[in-house]
Amino acid sequence: MIHVLAFYLFAILVVSSGALTILSRNPVHSVLWLILAFFNAAGLMVLLGAEFIAMLLVIVYVGAVAVLFLFVVMMLDIDFAELRAGFVSYLPFGLLIALVLLAEIVLGIGLWSAGPIELAQRAAPTAPDVSNIKAIGTLLYTRYIFLFEAAGIVLLVAMIGAIVLTHRTRGGTKGQNIAKQNRRRPQDAVRNINQPMGQGVEL
Amino acid sequence: MTAFFQNLGMGFEGAWFLSTIIGILVIALPVMLAVAMLIYADRKIWAAMALRRGPNVVGPFGLLQSFADGLKVFLQETIVPSASNKALFLIAPIITFTVALIAWAVVPFQVGVVLADINVGLLYILAISSLGVYGIVLAGWASNSKYPFYSAIRASAQMISYEVSIGFILICVVLWANSFNLTTIVESQKGYYGFLNGNGFNPLLFPMAIMFLISSLAETGRAPFDLTEADSELVAGYQTEYSSMAFALYWLGEYANVILMCALNAILFWGGYLPPVDWAPLYYVPGILWLFAKILFFFFVFSWVKATVPRYRYDQLMRLGWKIFLPTSLFFVFLVSGFLMLTRYGGAQ
Repeated sequence: MIHVLAFYLFAILVVSSGALTILSRNPVHSVLWLILAFFNAAGLMVLLGAEFIAMLLVIVYVGAVAVLFLFVVMMLDIDFAELRAGFVSYLPFGLLIALVLLAEIVLGIGLWSAGPIELAQRAAPTAPDVSNIKAIGTLLYTRYIFLFEAAGIVLLVAMIGAIVLTHRTRGGTKGQNIAKQNRRRPQDAVRNINQPMGQGVEL
Repeated sequence: MTAFFQNLGMGFEGAWFLSTIIGILVIALPVMLAVAMLIYADRKIWAAMALRRGPNVVGPFGLLQSFADGLKVFLQETIVPSASNKALFLIAPIITFTVALIAWAVVPFQVGVVLADINVGLLYILAISSLGVYGIVLAGWASNSKYPFYSAIRASAQMISYEVSIGFILICVVLWANSFNLTTIVESQKGYYGFLNGNGFNPLLFPMAIMFLISSLAETGRAPFDLTEADSELVAGYQTEYSSMAFALYWLGEYANVILMCALNAILFWGGYLPPVDWAPLYYVPGILWLFAKILFFFFVFSWVKATVPRYRYDQLMRLGWKIFLPTSLFFVFLVSGFLMLTRYGGAQ
């Protein structure tokens, strides 16, 4: 009963906040609706018993990715009228992409319920007493270790690429040298003199 | 408690729901009371270190000062700036306050005395603390005012930076305890050298304990990392435009976060509800008292730091987070996992 109620609550909120992400006029509101959608999707994951995925969804998407989105959207000076201008001309293309995605999902679900993958799942389900962190961990670090490390290398390359592309040394900026600041003593910076009357200070 | 309500003739789900609600109240109300008293304690400690008296007028020894402040704030008018984004302006403090309270769901007060004994407890805490940013960012943006916005940007950059190293520090503890469940983590700290309870006594984890304490100061925006509300630069930070109960929610939420961080310090590194020394007579003292004693100790450390350490500069804060804590904590993840591989998991295969 509570499960069913919770499912419909989360499901309705995911769908409606997803729709509002597209429909709301203010881009900041869009990002916030997107965050609500992520959050409720995490709720659905918990109901499915995939609590590890749910927590990762919140930590990675809500805690990191969406914060960056929010930052960018808040900082940018966005012209709302210009943003809506191309709506009609992009509509056919957008509908085409949506159709392709829908067809892929339908095909995927159709194949899954009939194909050999689901049978394999039925043959060897995860034991109920194994928490899904352990289940994912044992699979990821034994059977798929090379794919996992390859993904890590791809991420590393992407990270280095981003740093190389954006990092440039600019002239004329003043950097802080913390070690130099800490080395500085009062006797290097302050000078006490007994200044005679009527004479200028020699700096 | 679910069984108790079932015996009264309720169905399992109704009984479960009712007992969870009661559990939430049993945790949330004392947390609020503790916040009120700790605000008073904070001011008293701070005053004592500055050789002042502190609040001493309302009630005996000024004990009711926080309640008087609460009443004052409650009776004020809620002012919503006309240029603000009204809905978000009002939602932001609610988010901060809610996030500060829901993390308590997984805190173990005693063996088995925990609202939600989930096996991803620590990840849940990480997830919740990453939500804390939103209350602040939204407040800054929705206020539509310069200082709150600067402060919100500072605060979120600070919280995100320190969450990274907190994540790695937690990984060290998780590796050692072999579990994400907080009760299991506490239980795994029993009996270092046969008589001490606490990961902090482990030479591999002790540096992590210190770094976690400093990171939790930065994460909660307490001095010396209180750049988010550095009054000489940013008026009152992201809460500049807030008044009345909306302001009170920030106030309560901030202190609830501080207590939570003190509790996490106690639970992850200093044995949580276990007595510090593994000696049988000490176990007659209820575990919850040990936990409270440790929380109060860490709260005293927080106030002590606030009273004595000058505020960091912003670039120093970022340097500490990214150039010192991040590499060090990453190195310790490497060290701890390597040590465990060599000892507990039987060496190279």
